Amino acid sequence: MNSFTFTQATAVAGAVQDNTAHPDAAYIGGGTNLIDLMKENVARPTHLIGLKNLGLDTIETLPDGGLRLGALATNAATAWHPEVESRYPLLNQAILAGASPQLRNMATDGGNLMQRTRCYYFYDLTTPCNKREPGSGCSAIGGYNRVCGILGTSDSCIATHPSDMCVALAALDTTVRVSGPNGERTIKFEDFHRLPGDHPERDNTLEPGELITGLDLPKKGFSQNFSYLKLRDRSSYAFALVSVAAALELDGNTIIDARLALGGVAHKPWRDQEAEALLIGQPATAETFGRAAAKVLAGAKGHGANTFKIELARRAIVRALKQATEMKEVVDTNAFQNSNP
Amino acid sequence: MTLQTNYIGKPTSRVDGPAKVTGTAKYAAEYNVPNLLYGYVVSSTITKGKIIKIDTAPVLALPGVHQVFSHENVPSLALFDRSYKDMLAPGGSPFRPLHSAEIKYSQQPVALVVADTFELARYAASILRIEYEEVAFETELRKHLDDAYEPGRGKIGFQPPKSRGNFGKGWKEGVAHVEAQFSHHAQHHNPMENFATTVEWLGDKNLNIYDKTQGAFNSQQVVTGIFGLSKEQARVISKYTGGGFGSGLRPQYQLFLAVLASLELERSVRVSLTREQMFSFGHRPETLQHVALATAADGSLTSINHVAVAETSQFEDFTENVVGWSGMLYDCKNVQLGYRLAKLDVYTPLDMRAPGAALGSVALEIAMDEMAYAAGLDPLELRLRNYSDRDQAQDLPFSSKALRKCYHEGAAKFGWEQRTAEPGSMRDGNLLVGWGMAGGVWDATKLPATVKASLDADGHLTVSSGTNEIGTGTYTIMTQIAAESMGLPLEAVTFVLGDTTLPVSPLQGGSWTAASVGNSVVEACTKLGEALLKQAQKMDNPAFSGVKIEEVEFANGQMRLRADATQAIVLRDVVQASGEPSIEAENSTIMAKLEMLKPPKYSMHAHNAVFVEVKVDPDLMTVHVTRVVNAVAAGRILNPKTARSQVLGSVVWGLGMALMEESVMDHRFGRYMNKSLAEYHVPVNADIHDIDVIFVSEEDDKVNPLGIKGLGEVGMLGVAAAVANAIYHATGKRVRDMPITIDKLL
Ligand SMILES: Cc1cc2nc3c(=O)[nH]c(=O)nc-3n(C[C@H](O)[C@H](O)[C@H](O)COP(=O)(O)OP(=O)(O)OC[C@H]3O[C@@H](n4cnc5c(N)ncnc54)[C@H](O)[C@@H]3O)c2cc1C
Ligand code: SF4
Repeated sequence: MNSFTFTQATAVAGAVQDNTAHPDAAYIGGGTNLIDLMKENVARPTHLIGLKNLGLDTIETLPDGGLRLGALATNAATAWHPEVESRYPLLNQAILAGASPQLRNMATDGGNLMQRTRCYYFYDLTTPCNKREPGSGCSAIGGYNRVCGILGTSDSCIATHPSDMCVALAALDTTVRVSGPNGERTIKFEDFHRLPGDHPERDNTLEPGELITGLDLPKKGFSQNFSYLKLRDRSSYAFALVSVAAALELDGNTIIDARLALGGVAHKPWRDQEAEALLIGQPATAETFGRAAAKVLAGAKGHGANTFKIELARRAIVRALKQATEMKEVVDTNAFQNSNP
Repeated sequence: MTLQTNYIGKPTSRVDGPAKVTGTAKYAAEYNVPNLLYGYVVSSTITKGKIIKIDTAPVLALPGVHQVFSHENVPSLALFDRSYKDMLAPGGSPFRPLHSAEIKYSQQPVALVVADTFELARYAASILRIEYEEVAFETELRKHLDDAYEPGRGKIGFQPPKSRGNFGKGWKEGVAHVEAQFSHHAQHHNPMENFATTVEWLGDKNLNIYDKTQGAFNSQQVVTGIFGLSKEQARVISKYTGGGFGSGLRPQYQLFLAVLASLELERSVRVSLTREQMFSFGHRPETLQHVALATAADGSLTSINHVAVAETSQFEDFTENVVGWSGMLYDCKNVQLGYRLAKLDVYTPLDMRAPGAALGSVALEIAMDEMAYAAGLDPLELRLRNYSDRDQAQDLPFSSKALRKCYHEGAAKFGWEQRTAEPGSMRDGNLLVGWGMAGGVWDATKLPATVKASLDADGHLTVSSGTNEIGTGTYTIMTQIAAESMGLPLEAVTFVLGDTTLPVSPLQGGSWTAASVGNSVVEACTKLGEALLKQAQKMDNPAFSGVKIEEVEFANGQMRLRADATQAIVLRDVVQASGEPSIEAENSTIMAKLEMLKPPKYSMHAHNAVFVEVKVDPDLMTVHVTRVVNAVAAGRILNPKTARSQVLGSVVWGLGMALMEESVMDHRFGRYMNKSLAEYHVPVNADIHDIDVIFVSEEDDKVNPLGIKGLGEVGMLGVAAAVANAIYHATGKRVRDMPITIDKLL
């Protein structure tokens, strides 16, 4: 870990200014990702800007009925906020599917968007990695890429964005609010994270110095029919191999509106609006779900160790949509009943 | 009310529990001695080759950095291999840290940066530039099967497998046949406590060495060997060990580095490894196995073939008993066994919980399940038909063997008779239900151990031995045995361990500590009793005059006549009457050592049978192990509470082995890639459901006087195989490549 200086910012403008003034500065939220990366020497900021005193940890209802999550609200506080629990249960489920209680207590909503990939090679300084060191090559291609992506990958990077929370945020049509050297702006969630292309070192479309101040959820929360399905190597405290956020609006058995986003499969939370379009107006049946899944995965490409994700994702999409429709079956619960004779 | 001092066999809470939960129990990296320096290890970034240049100047220029140790400035140390050998060193040349420019494996320690603070040392280590010359390396076992060779005797405890009968003939006689290949990837122990050593410099090369180890004497042996120190100079202390699982059976390199730095700088120094560096030493070796079984029409085995090929390093032959168990667990005339090693550019593997057996039993017990289907028999029935009442491998009778009880009691508790054989035939709603079983066998070993027992004038008994507590409950069971032996309440007894100034005791491992140290505690207490009787006879107490030790008993805080319990003396009074501060006695290990030289008269083993229920989502193929019944026959159970914990932990280990644990190596780099607890998956609470532990009664007066067989490993056996078998039963998918992750079931 490098030596670094630290300022606790007291105003958004000051934080942005401080950031622009230091070439190797970084904002720090809960530090659950950044500090790890600093200890591994993957991130080497020389100046850290604390955000805790910016008053950005509130969660408030917007005049249009939406909900604004402060960038510094913790993942735990967000998940358990009464408005989130009742109106955006999909978000509640997605957050609670991630990390561990201790981490969620520390992690902030802004930091969650900004967390970096879990690709093994990204963490191991001795191996080539274009994301860590542009131009050095991608070790995951042809290597151990079980945790890597199957959609939207490029020849320079096949990493995934590891967040669970962001999958729900993508499905819910969230808007990201940012403040930067050139003032404030909003970014549509689907435009926030990037595909790797030729520049895998850039995870998202934030400009240098820009600070996330909040996340705006639109009014519609799909609280009646939703499912966050996360498949992983153990029951808790593991990143998703594949996760699916599914949200439906139903009229009887007919799908009126639909949202479908995947985690663990791409460089960004993978929302597929064309697949959503295939659902809308259709009966909520296995065939419909299968067609949507086929659409999502039409361009999927496996890389050896992760090729199974294509089939896993297909099944997970169908299951998540089914769960969202039926709202009764709980699949990956830990509360299994024993069939004691 | 009379005092009750019978503790053996009673559930007893850990005597060290309060210290552990309140944080007063100190681990190696928690001894904050004054003026401490901190060392940070620099690990090789290449897998094979040599160091061309180490640019220490910029690092040494940092204020607060004291030294950078590397092969370039290490003083001349012991010349011969034997000085570097620890008690568990296998055949070959032990790895010598910072010995030369040569790099033998990835993450090899190449330098130690010592600074005023840990943070500075870590930063300084990160800017140390090292130039390497890399050469081609080989880390892929599958590519080196043809070079595999049969190792010699190698490590203590290794028995080259013995074949018997005529496999080919038995194979032809069989009517049902099973042949299958199994693979296991490397696994790392990953105890919670990372390896660390704090060396306290006391002046004049006198050191107190606080080490994370499973054997203080083993650490002392290598330190004295390598650095030419006397035992008095190198006192090793290890009061608590935050999990070992075998990783601490051999001293790790931070011990060497911390002692080196301390001696060179004449300062106290601490070196702790990072979690990533916990993947830079011994591990359960990647192992490939082949099993072939044949049975006659009645299901009796006519032949068993079990061959294993495992990785080892270029410099040592790590050997473990993988296949030998297959010649012992079942009754069979024709057994052909093979065990070979292939040298790779990796660090030497290391014993890990149930070494060898954990691997071998998975292959054998999955193959047996396959045979049950091939022969059309229930898996439990197949095992009962092949039950072995005599150890055919050693051609000896068992000292005791209650495996049949394990099968029956385990099956009854589990409800096994309600199983329907057809894969996929049992359901819980839409979930597939699978029931699988397997069993295992592990050595019951007793080694010579010395124990001192000392009763003071306040009536407090201190019993001491240089063994270790690795979380198994050693402090507690030894306190129980001593208290019962001397007839004292638990609170009046303290067991002291983990210090080389204490009587010599073997390494803590192999499930032998309870038997080795426990029986020695009894011996020491018996001698103490004799001394107390002698002293009592000097007192004015006619009832005890001329009485022999066999005629007295120690109970309820007193020494009393067996024939007349009203004739009693309070122990404290005896010590007080002696005028000495305490009365002491130590057991002798001469008999135990002689015993070891004699050929054994019995085969002494612990056994278990495991029954597992899994529920599998038929589409997503997620697996949940919903129920486990583990029936264990391990002789006398000293403390059912800590014993149960041991077995619960074993089951969790077995589940990890079956479903998720795997150190993934990228052979292009020769490096393990998932070097963190986020990516090296071990089970979490949410993975664990019902676990039922049964200790079947097993009396054994031959194995050792206390009738103990040890519990550290046996509980793990059978678990992984039973999970695999249950998954087959649920899904019809036979996975022979561990761990059984979701991708293998899709
Ligand atoms: C062992 C482990 C397991 C985990 N498992 C999961 C999991 O299963 N699912 C999951 O979704 N997540 C998981 N996580 C990740 C966790 O969710 C993230 O670490 C966390 O959300 C990051 O938030 P933070 O506030 O701590 O970010 P920090 O670590 O503080 O920051 C992360 C990055 O965001 C930047 N940043 C922070 N705040 C802002 C802001 N307001 N504006 C602009 N930039 C900002 C920082 O500069 C930094 O680059 C896991 C983490 C760990 C360590
Ligand atoms: S996938 Fe991306 S993060 Fe992983 S090694 Fe390749 S470039 Fe690096």
